Amino acid sequence: MGKISFKEYEVKDFYDEMFEDSDSVRPSYTLFKKYLENTGWKKLNFLQHSTDRAQLSLGMTFNVYSDNQGVERILHLDIIPRIISGKNWDYLTNGLKQRIVALNLFINDIYNEQRVLKDKIIPKELVLSSACYLKQCVGLKPPENVWSHISGTDLIRGNDGNFYVLEDNLRCPSGVSYMLENREILKRTFPEMFEQLKVRPVHDYSHYLRDMLESLTNVDPASIVVLTPGIFNSAYFEHAYLAQQMGAELVEGRDLVVRNDYVYKITTKGLQKVDVIYRRVDDAFIDPLVFNEKSLLGTPGLFEAYLKGNVVLVNAPGAGVADDKAVYAYIPRLIKYYLGEEAIIPNIKTYICSEEQDYKYVIENLENLVVKQTDGSGGYGMLIGPHATQAEIKEFRTKVKNSPRNYIAQPMINLSRVPTLCENEIEGRHVDLRPYILFGKEIKVIPGALTRVALKKGSLVVNSSQGGGSKDTWVLDN
Amino acid sequence: MLSRIADSMYWMNRYVERAENYARFMDVNFNLSLESAPDSIQQWKPLVIITGDWPLYQSSYETVEKEKVIYFLGFDLQNPNSVYSSIIKARENARAIRPELTKEVWEQINHIYFLMKEGFEKKRWKNKDPRIFFNTIKEGCQLLFGIFTTTISRNDGWHFGRIGQLVERADKTSRVLDVKYHILLSTPKDVGTPLDLAQWAALLKSVSAYDMYRKKYGKLTTLNICEFLILDKIFPRSVNFCLIQAGKSLNTITGYHAGFSNNAEKQLGKLKAQLEFADIHDIFSGGLHEYIDELQKKLNTISMAIYESFFANKYATPNLKTQNL
Repeated sequence: MGKISFKEYEVKDFYDEMFEDSDSVRPSYTLFKKYLENTGWKKLNFLQHSTDRAQLSLGMTFNVYSDNQGVERILHLDIIPRIISGKNWDYLTNGLKQRIVALNLFINDIYNEQRVLKDKIIPKELVLSSACYLKQCVGLKPPENVWSHISGTDLIRGNDGNFYVLEDNLRCPSGVSYMLENREILKRTFPEMFEQLKVRPVHDYSHYLRDMLESLTNVDPASIVVLTPGIFNSAYFEHAYLAQQMGAELVEGRDLVVRNDYVYKITTKGLQKVDVIYRRVDDAFIDPLVFNEKSLLGTPGLFEAYLKGNVVLVNAPGAGVADDKAVYAYIPRLIKYYLGEEAIIPNIKTYICSEEQDYKYVIENLENLVVKQTDGSGGYGMLIGPHATQAEIKEFRTKVKNSPRNYIAQPMINLSRVPTLCENEIEGRHVDLRPYILFGKEIKVIPGALTRVALKKGSLVVNSSQGGGSKDTWVLDN
Repeated sequence: MLSRIADSMYWMNRYVERAENYARFMDVNFNLSLESAPDSIQQWKPLVIITGDWPLYQSSYETVEKEKVIYFLGFDLQNPNSVYSSIIKARENARAIRPELTKEVWEQINHIYFLMKEGFEKKRWKNKDPRIFFNTIKEGCQLLFGIFTTTISRNDGWHFGRIGQLVERADKTSRVLDVKYHILLSTPKDVGTPLDLAQWAALLKSVSAYDMYRKKYGKLTTLNICEFLILDKIFPRSVNFCLIQAGKSLNTITGYHAGFSNNAEKQLGKLKAQLEFADIHDIFSGGLHEYIDELQKKLNTISMAIYESFFANKYATPNLKTQNL
């Protein structure tokens, strides 16, 4: 107990967001460090405890897929924020805008002219064999030619201090509600800091979201709904939260019905037309007539209504073709192809197991690489070579040999670290960064993000389903 | 309003009202047990009987004991109507309609849930005086209704919630009256004794009716107490008052103010009219217990009619399931 001191804090060989080395603090953290040093342990522990309580009473819980139904967990919020300088942020904003524009051009191209395939910028088989490529979407022209209106990009910072794109989430990126609620909670935890540091606000996300959704239809006033798989979905809290924040109705597939290619919600006073659906149900489940016929989450006829232009689906079905992990490797080339520019935020070097040379390298170097399933998400189905056992490596060697198309590999990047509260000590923990992008008539990058933190000592896996927590992300004004 | 949401609003409120009433039952029975012979079977069996879950109780427990009954009615998750089960279901309904509620309502329902969960983990049914715990739950529910009333717009959702609450309350008030019947069954010699009066007083207190009753009638008599709890037009927990108010909400939803426009209005209107023109002497001559039994059946009919008129999905896709009564 007593005063908080960083004398024992170890930066080690990692990029630390707060310290350049053990003695010198980065400018963006100077004030916050001073604040912590003037705060006793007792107060800090109390603040963390109040935060835990606040999360519980807000019901910020999620269900974990492998757990029994009804097991609720809290995404632990560590109160020490991740602070990003204004300069860094402005760089990231430009990079993210560039990337989302190129990716949308790519998706639109794939479902229409397929120029990119004819020009052999990316192998045709690789794109068309993606589980997220939907042949039903061929020829589709969504409003403004935008397919992924709502996206979140996972960024990491390596030992060299540079940001890299780890992956794109172009379908249903989750976590934005945590960005918003974490901020609400931390404003109560460190009110004086927000004033002194001039942290850029994130609270208008829901206004932008609603404006963007409204801009996609000519109907005025538009009837907007959020489509959720239901209360047992791990992101249900977020679905409900977003619906509530933007004043839209939260519906399940069974609340909707299609009549003459128009979509209606079933109300106590009969049927009412729906114009825009922000759907948080995966492509495969939205319409049993067109996709997974066993789906109970969707609404029969929804896709046909969409094709006829009678309802807007956000994001557009089929957008996932561009966040396939095998396509990821080609994105710098796609940016160059569509925009004639170099990628502002670089990719991580990626080996594509379906390409012969890369395949050979991967098979021989599994113990040094991170191997990922191309259609996996949530940290499932991946191998971290340097931390894996011989048996695990052997297992993945067989997997990759059996279906190379399903795997990519990357060198292991040591994610940067942020000081984190761990049992009466402050220690460095690895983090990533997920900013959120809205793309309608214009592109908005909200100045904030979900910082996910691997709470386990030494762990590099930040996913909430694998023992990760979160931090509030403060983007400074300067 | 989405049919599913209306359904959840209705049931969320019903379950909270149910939890609150069960907490009251526990209180009244405990009080009664303090003022009479310490024979646990006589004291605690009627309580299970009036909830309608006596067969379930028998299938799980061999004997009737205070602690077991308190566990069964308060905490047992195998009992779909226990306080804990009701709170969980209320919260699940609330979660499903989270965007229709205010932050304050949601936080309060969460709060009650965590109180209940903690009570379960700390085995509160073993407490010497479990009234303290159940009183906290009761107050939590009352606070929830207060927040519901002061923060939710008077839209259809609010009215459906209110109907759910009132239908449940009417049912439970009638069941409280029935406690007395079941106790009397085993002790007919006590009628008119000081013990009898003590029991009636405890019963009035269990539905917070003691003070208002005293104001209106002064003297405690069986006839007046029954008249007050069944037929009174202005006491907020009487069966008649609940139906009058539920009818108003129903009319607000349909915009129909005379006769009826659907089966829900028809069934509710019928029962309301029967109560409005009932005389307590007639009720007694036909048998109070029989009358209450009939009343409960009619309340179930009303609930089914509300489901069919508003919540059931009449449009092709698979039917919404009704929640249990």
